[in-house]
Amino acid sequence: MIPASFDYVRAGSVDEAVALLTEHGDAAKLLAGGHSLLPLMKLRLATPGVLIDVGRVADLSYIEARGDEIAIGALARHHDLETSALLKDQVPLLSYTAHQVGDPQVRHRGTLGGTLAHGDPASDLPAAVLALGGTLVAQGPNGSREIAASDFFRGFLETALAPDEMLVEIRVPKVPGAGWSFQKFNRRAQDWAIVGVAAVLNGHAGIALVNMGSTPLRAAGVEEALRGGATVSDAAAAADEGTDPPSDINATSEYRRHLVTVLVRRALEEATR
Amino acid sequence: MVMISVGVNGVTHETEVEPRLLLVLYLRETLGLTGTNIGCDTSSCGACTVLLNGESVKSCTLLAVQADGADITTIEGLAGPDGTLHPVQEAFRQNHALQCGYCTPGMVMAAVSLLDEEDQLDEDGVREGLEGNLCRCTGYHNIVKAVLSCAAERGMVTGAVS
Repeated sequence: MIPASFDYVRAGSVDEAVALLTEHGDAAKLLAGGHSLLPLMKLRLATPGVLIDVGRVADLSYIEARGDEIAIGALARHHDLETSALLKDQVPLLSYTAHQVGDPQVRHRGTLGGTLAHGDPASDLPAAVLALGGTLVAQGPNGSREIAASDFFRGFLETALAPDEMLVEIRVPKVPGAGWSFQKFNRRAQDWAIVGVAAVLNGHAGIALVNMGSTPLRAAGVEEALRGGATVSDAAAAADEGTDPPSDINATSEYRRHLVTVLVRRALEEATR
Repeated sequence: MVMISVGVNGVTHETEVEPRLLLVLYLRETLGLTGTNIGCDTSSCGACTVLLNGESVKSCTLLAVQADGADITTIEGLAGPDGTLHPVQEAFRQNHALQCGYCTPGMVMAAVSLLDEEDQLDEDGVREGLEGNLCRCTGYHNIVKAVLSCAAERGMVTGAVS
């Protein structure tokens, strides 16, 4: 399978990438690791006229402590996340979740910024960033702005990023002693999650769901029940509230609705252990 | 067309390529290095695994232009100039770690990357580390044995070899 023809340009900096996005508008897509975009292009589900390769932009792969947050450059790869001692120590949910993505070859190429900007509800890391209450930084022609993770995912493969904006940084709170869990239910190694759950308990509960609707979702019903003092199993029973899970070859919508209550219970049990 | 310069198995190639040319097709068709196989062509099976700057990647899901300036190692680049097999190749041979052989180049390259990356490996670590490579013949047992024997030679094994 060979992608449709496109023009290829390389950006040496974020400013250059933004200028190229401004120039080419909707016809352009940013290319980082390419592990979400290239499969779509090979299947001709995406046929961008211009690929702007940001994979060589320097200094965008950092993972560093900044105040009470960890700041991560958009080009940090899943492999960088899963092996980061800082992340393992301060935000273990995120490094563990990175390790659940695909397989080693995929993790050597895929980037955190790429998976977030792709906005696939079946991806693992967007749910982890959502559960953590992360902040995303986008840079456009008029400077940069911060977007709360909860405002970022707008629809299926659709995010709050404007066509001339590039996601440059992801920040998540340090949660060193917090209870956490990531539950991924799939049939085979390296598969996408049929349903996944990211949970972090740090005074308040952040619970987010993989593949339970057109975007990664907060499990608002569970979070509210926990705030009201519900038991783990009572809270977990509310896991499918406000979701709209798909039916596909792996599972029906009803099956996912049941599965998510089981996985949320397991996640809460693990996080409170 | 874009001019790229790629080091492949220690030799630098300057080539003009179409931007949509996949790395695996660049290796196989432009350079004639057909040891790297195309399996699923959807970044699932790992048959096309090569090393990019020492790390395993699936060359069906990389554009040749993305490899510009990189060092690529393919299965052809592992053995010594006199034909002496790489330790992982030798271990696959000793442990009969293949049947039809189609997945083998990718499996060997993934194993080389895994052994270089980890400090310690047990059976679970090998199985998990090779999760990106599918084999439809062997049931994986002898592949895992082969990789564990390499790990043992390097003093990396923590658990018992089953």
